[in-house]
Amino acid sequence: MDQGQFITAPNAADTRSVAAAIRRSQARERLRSFALAMPLLTLLLLSFGIPIAILLSRAVYDPTIANALPLTGAAMQSWSGNGIPEDKTLEALAADLKASQQNGNLSEFAKGLNARLPGARSHILKTARALDKEGVADTVSVIKSMPFWTSPGTWATIVRGRHALTSFYLLSAVDLRWNADGSIERVPPEQAIFLRVFARTFLMAATVTLATLVLGFPLAYLISSVPKTLGAILIVAVLLPFWTSILVRTAAWTVLLQKFGLVNDVLLWLGVTGTRLDLMYSRLGLVIAMTHIQLPFTLLPIYSVMRTIQPSQMRAAYSLGGRPLTSFLRVYLPQVVPGIMAGCLLTFILCLGYYITPALIGGAGDQLISNFIANYVNVELNWEMAAALSFILLVFTMGLYAVFARMLGLDRLKPV
Amino acid sequence: MMVAHTNRQFETLAAKGVSHAEPDRFVEFVDVEKSYDGCSFAVTRLNMHVAKGEFLTLLGPSGSGKTTTLNMLAGFERPTNGSIMLDGQSVDRRPPYERNIGMVFQNYALFPHMTVEENVGFPLSVRKFSKADVTARVHKALDMIQLRKFGDRRPGQLSGGQQQRVALARALVFEPSLVLMDEPLGALDKKLREHMQLEIKQLHSMLGVTIVYVTHDQSEALTMSDRVAVFNNGGIAQIGTPDNLYKKPESPFVASFIGENNTLEGIVEQVSGHVCQVALRGGGLLRATPIDIGTQGTSCQVAIRPECIRIAAAADEENDFEATVEGRIYLGDHLRLLARLDNGQLLSVKVGPETITTEAQRIRLGWSHTECRAFPAQQ
Repeated sequence: MDQGQFITAPNAADTRSVAAAIRRSQARERLRSFALAMPLLTLLLLSFGIPIAILLSRAVYDPTIANALPLTGAAMQSWSGNGIPEDKTLEALAADLKASQQNGNLSEFAKGLNARLPGARSHILKTARALDKEGVADTVSVIKSMPFWTSPGTWATIVRGRHALTSFYLLSAVDLRWNADGSIERVPPEQAIFLRVFARTFLMAATVTLATLVLGFPLAYLISSVPKTLGAILIVAVLLPFWTSILVRTAAWTVLLQKFGLVNDVLLWLGVTGTRLDLMYSRLGLVIAMTHIQLPFTLLPIYSVMRTIQPSQMRAAYSLGGRPLTSFLRVYLPQVVPGIMAGCLLTFILCLGYYITPALIGGAGDQLISNFIANYVNVELNWEMAAALSFILLVFTMGLYAVFARMLGLDRLKPV
Repeated sequence: MMVAHTNRQFETLAAKGVSHAEPDRFVEFVDVEKSYDGCSFAVTRLNMHVAKGEFLTLLGPSGSGKTTTLNMLAGFERPTNGSIMLDGQSVDRRPPYERNIGMVFQNYALFPHMTVEENVGFPLSVRKFSKADVTARVHKALDMIQLRKFGDRRPGQLSGGQQQRVALARALVFEPSLVLMDEPLGALDKKLREHMQLEIKQLHSMLGVTIVYVTHDQSEALTMSDRVAVFNNGGIAQIGTPDNLYKKPESPFVASFIGENNTLEGIVEQVSGHVCQVALRGGGLLRATPIDIGTQGTSCQVAIRPECIRIAAAADEENDFEATVEGRIYLGDHLRLLARLDNGQLLSVKVGPETITTEAQRIRLGWSHTECRAFPAQQ
């Protein structure tokens, strides 16, 4: 009789309260897991997310010109935009320049304008000096006497810079610019640089990815097919470089690749080459070093997939009449493709961001986009340009990731 | 070892020449040995043949060499010594993809990235069959296993039994004359396994294909096979029809491995022709059929099947013992009694479910000498 109570079905009210209790307990569970991740999320947001967002925003937000020329900006409201603005605008410009001169912002403005209009810096400083002279009453004529201020291009730049939001840096990052009549054009070939650097970066990443795949695939196959103990030793050997920092490994390569370094010594001794090769500061040396560093990243995902493929798969293919090459291409390889894609994607994306290795091993013509970004941040102090290049790189990388993730995702849908 | 191997090959080739194989020697193992490490043998001195159209099962505990034997026949392993003949020709130098042997694996080994149709079509397409021919044969094979409408699915979307049937179809679709099966039903539950045993048996008789089947499940071996080779320690302990193996085991290993057996220990008292007399440990005399038994005074063990023991009302059996019921298990179609003989040895007895017994009851058990077999005692 007592036991009967346990097995009777609960009535509707009981069911509801049970459901509510389950929801409550799950909500508590969710809150708990969220609370556990909270410190890390906060750290990431404060130290990573927000700074990146702020830096990237500089690619499109540059208030230097608007801040330096408040009066000019206001005076230009009524200007048609053709030719040279009216005198009252020029007067406002003179007043703005004087004000900047006095509060010490002039050089910043000159630099900001110079970034958009090469050569503008000296003209501005010259104008400011001329205006600063004692007894200059007719500021308009002083300005009009300078060809810089009567050129339509100058005013087109100022008009666009009047707004804090600008597309200038993003366009520059892909070698484009606004021309005088307000349309987008390619920059002249002698100024075009970034598309070539992007192309070089992608080519380098592709070369290194291919090299790691060619070297890593057979090794992964070997490791997955030898007995477990030997496989473990080989995996440790592959992972060994991970225990050293990338800087140390790169430094080691600079020692090895020297003109009178170990690699050249061995090549010469073996008679492979007659003369010492320029491996340092060359693209070949850079590819060698990057391939060495990236090899485990390509190999490990491939290995982890290969390990799951049972030996009976190939045996089955053989027993059904498949010759070794046919069986490999039709049975083994298709099953490894997700691993190949994952490994190559990882290496390719990591290569896009290489900075230390090209800086130390590559020559002047082997610098990748990250080196340019670093240069703009550290040397030129043009953070807007650095942000724009970073943004373009980020978009490329994310786009690539989306494409691959989609392909990988589709592949995963196939039940194994 | 390598030299010896090649020499042996030449001998067998010379001996066999190009003579056409007799139909009952479709597959033949000649002194086949296999060693992985050079000092211990996984398979020793194996001589065995399979007739055309026969269903032969290799039965044995794990590590007894049955799977190694199958792998050598499939071509995945090379015999260390000896030679394997297929249809009168040595296949020792023939790679697995040229042997034209269908194989069904324990874990099915279906290709996960291919559909069911692509899986079944694989052996045909690697043989360069025309597209139309491949499609027709695949459809026929899928009809045979009643999975036609699952042709577009991937193996992962099928149940275990369905995957097993696809693996079967794939191994049969290119019409090999020999099909090997390596514990193909091991992963299925009991009910499905029994169903699949029937299905494989039907396919065998329908297609007339020769099947070599590996299992460690003795009931599976008995129900399906024409002949069973019982493997133990890398060699064949006994080979014969299921009936023969069950009724006339030639060693205590076979007696205990196939079916259930009671073992009584004793000492040989007297051997005369087809009957011997054994003095049981703890007292009592027993008449049994002697198998390779030693002379008087050597110890032996007597095997008797539970269903051969009868409960007798009077002392009218050849062997007659009094016992006490120690336990009774009701199993629906029969009743299992645990009976302690007066000499202290325990017997399991299978009797009809309506037999009225109670625990601690005294009963009288009897059987004839033809129903129990005396073997030399195992060391």
